[in-house]
Amino acid sequence: MTQTEVQPTVSAHAHHAPPERKWWHYFTFNTDHKVIAIQYLVTSFIFYLIGGVMASAMRTELATPNSDFVSPETYNNLLTLHGTIMIFLWIIPAGAGLANFLIPLMIGARDMAFPKMNALAFWMIPPAGIMLALSLLVDAPQAGWTSYPPLSLMTGKVGEGIWIFSLLISGTSSILGALNFLVTLLKMRVPSMGLNSMPLFCWSMLATSALVLIGTPVLAGALILLAFDLLAGTAFFNPSGGGDPIVYQHMFWFYSHPAVYIMVLPLFGAISEILPVHARKPIFGYRAIAYSSLAIAFLGLIVWAHHMFTSGTPAWLRMFFMITTMVIAVPTGIKVFSWLGTLWGGKIALNSAMLFAVGFIAVFVIGGISGVMVAAVPFDIHVHDTYFIVAHLHYVLFGGSVFGIYAALYHWFPKMTGRMMNEPLGITHFILTFIGMNLTFMPMHVLGLQGMNRRVALYDPQFTTLNQVCTVGAYLLAISTVPFLFNAIWSWSKGRKAGDNPWKALTFEWLTTSPPAIENFEVLPVLTWGPYDYGVEHLSEGEEPPLTSPELQPNTSVAS
Amino acid sequence: MLAGILLTLVSIWYGQNHGLMPVEASDDAALVDGLFNSMMTVGTGIFLLVWGVIIISLIRFRRRAGDETDGPPIEGNIPLEIVWTAIPAVIVLVIGVYSFDVYNALGGFDPEAADQPDVVQVAMLPGEEMATPLIDSAIQKPMSAHHHHMALGVGADPETMGNAPDLTVKVMGLQYAWIFTYPESGVVSGELHIPNEKDVKLIIQAQDVLHAFWLPQFRLKQDAIPKQDAELRFTPKRIGEYPIVCAELCGPYHGAMASKLYVESQEDFDRWLQAQMPTPSSSEQPVATTLPENRSAAELLAVHAEQIGVDSTVLEQLHSQHDSQGSGVISLQSNLDRAEPITEYLPST
Ligand SMILES: [Cu+2]
Ligand SMILES: [Cu+2]
Repeated sequence: MTQTEVQPTVSAHAHHAPPERKWWHYFTFNTDHKVIAIQYLVTSFIFYLIGGVMASAMRTELATPNSDFVSPETYNNLLTLHGTIMIFLWIIPAGAGLANFLIPLMIGARDMAFPKMNALAFWMIPPAGIMLALSLLVDAPQAGWTSYPPLSLMTGKVGEGIWIFSLLISGTSSILGALNFLVTLLKMRVPSMGLNSMPLFCWSMLATSALVLIGTPVLAGALILLAFDLLAGTAFFNPSGGGDPIVYQHMFWFYSHPAVYIMVLPLFGAISEILPVHARKPIFGYRAIAYSSLAIAFLGLIVWAHHMFTSGTPAWLRMFFMITTMVIAVPTGIKVFSWLGTLWGGKIALNSAMLFAVGFIAVFVIGGISGVMVAAVPFDIHVHDTYFIVAHLHYVLFGGSVFGIYAALYHWFPKMTGRMMNEPLGITHFILTFIGMNLTFMPMHVLGLQGMNRRVALYDPQFTTLNQVCTVGAYLLAISTVPFLFNAIWSWSKGRKAGDNPWKALTFEWLTTSPPAIENFEVLPVLTWGPYDYGVEHLSEGEEPPLTSPELQPNTSVAS
Repeated sequence: MLAGILLTLVSIWYGQNHGLMPVEASDDAALVDGLFNSMMTVGTGIFLLVWGVIIISLIRFRRRAGDETDGPPIEGNIPLEIVWTAIPAVIVLVIGVYSFDVYNALGGFDPEAADQPDVVQVAMLPGEEMATPLIDSAIQKPMSAHHHHMALGVGADPETMGNAPDLTVKVMGLQYAWIFTYPESGVVSGELHIPNEKDVKLIIQAQDVLHAFWLPQFRLKQDAIPKQDAELRFTPKRIGEYPIVCAELCGPYHGAMASKLYVESQEDFDRWLQAQMPTPSSSEQPVATTLPENRSAAELLAVHAEQIGVDSTVLEQLHSQHDSQGSGVISLQSNLDRAEPITEYLPST
């Protein structure tokens, strides 16, 4: 178990003993990427709880076929806000939080390329989110997170206006973040680290950032035109004035399909980091996993109209988008099988991080299978806009993204806070989440196939029993966050001290202190071993590492 | 080896016997289910494989207490990686070709589908169209005539392509009801009746916002888009009563926007149609002259109004404002807000 060597020869960098990080720094416009990361993660988790309360309210309504818990208008407010918050204020910013924390540490940089822009990107999230959540008190949007016109133009100007404005802000934040990640990854790696020796999380963030930069401006365009239709009475999308609502759908999904990968690719990356550490085995097929991220990102840009198979999409386009969508199964399959290959023959520690990582593979694969199914046009015609789709998307975004975020939090919590999380509580959290997740979303497949449409406050009584199962599952999911919250808050101040490298991992972030010092590394690390060289016989101490020489040490101007 | 055989057998069995789909009421539905069953077979196989490997790994390769060593440094296996790239690629290719085939058999490639009614209309009234002022005709001309040259929806299957359907029904979606117009007889109804074993063509339209016309037992769905007609064409094969569901979010009462489809014998259908005729006594007159051009959706909806809690004054408003987009609909909506619970209206099957 050798550690990556730290070259002692460096540093013309005179480090005047850096100031301590204070708790109130986290409430300020701070440019330290680690502070910003925590800000992202905590803020997005709060929005996750808000979105979760909304989901619980919806499931309570759906425990009976009648509309009896909230009014149908409120129900539509809730479903709109739940979708929007979970996507734009929880999963996407949580991914940005992880990327913020990990990218500079993993590539041996002292901060992001543009620290002020980084802080600015974060500080756009709270106003966007608070505005959206508080719209419930005045006049919330109720046209779904997809906000299709003409309905979105007819359900209240205030709510819809807030929705558009909030998304424009969080979209801008996401563009600024992606720009930062991309430049940091390409320009600020230690010289000894080539692209092909980057940790896989970095590869996945490369792909994610490219998607954000290509997709989000198109969403912004759609939203601005929609705002004109809403507020200025233009008719870009409004058919009563000669506009075409289908054009909105194309623009919306041009971003929002890639958004699925924006939400899940960072966690693919995180899983690729977590599995080798806790299985004590190199990642299986490094290059295949790295390049499949790029393949997924590219293909993700040419599949959007699979959300429009029953809409205004002519036959040949339906076929084109069916084929491109199915092809994504190939790079995704490569990842899943490579992860299984990593587990096989390893020495697997059954801790919370690993359980969530393995749980991620297990549930995500179900979403992948149903994903290929819904790509098949004849079948999609039947299940589009039904509970089958609700099931599918939650297997991808809850089973994928949320499980991935939890795995990442358990894995990097010791590095972020310097303290270990409590394992029994973590395992309890995993078991409750795993059962609750499947109980909530598995029956929804059946509901959709049998004829239950989605986004309904009232439904046919024949679907009552399965809906009640889903509701019980949803309550279980709500309860499952309690052990996590307690664990995280308690461990943050009272947990066992972690030390620099509690998992004996090989990537750069584990070379520095926990939590890392303000400028990350006292001495910039040099890449001596691959990021996943577990079990590899290393060169004996003192031998010159093959990939670098002292002259190639970066100057440290970036940090000052 | 044994595990592989077992996995295959279980997958094939479950793929055929999952029982998750509702009744098949047409041959098209059976085609879609065939595709779904194959995907379920493959999907079950992949699921069992992945979960099997995970469970075996967690048990067999769990870290024993006190073991601080690393696992074997295996960084990949090119032949294995080629295999697990190639197998999904082949699976996806086969499913893609199969889906294409089913889609063609359903009638997905019927090129004339949506535009047909408008083309006919224009062809029949060339003089009148010329005579009307330019602005008027520009407004009245359906968008769909210009908008797309390919089908929206599912048209005639390859054998019947080009034949006229046995029955055409116009389907209008509005918040929160479906209205069915039988152009040949002038009948307007809140429920859809069609004769069994006949080639039926539905022209799907929307008045206000997007809706989606879904027949779960026929595996057919098409969004109803204002000013863009679409089509669903199919042949029912099973007499019975089926739900009609709106599948595109169309407002707070989206969940209550439902109706019924009755597939009947030709005689029952004729009897029903006759009973719906505006002036049943004058049946010897040519149908065309009794065609009530001005009979509106609202009047016909009145029959069902009681059930969905809409009172007749609202329907009158809807009627008078039928053409001025939106406003009538809003008053219907606001009335629904005050209405009694709608759920009695829902099918209780
Ligand atoms: Cu998509
Ligand atoms: Cu509707």
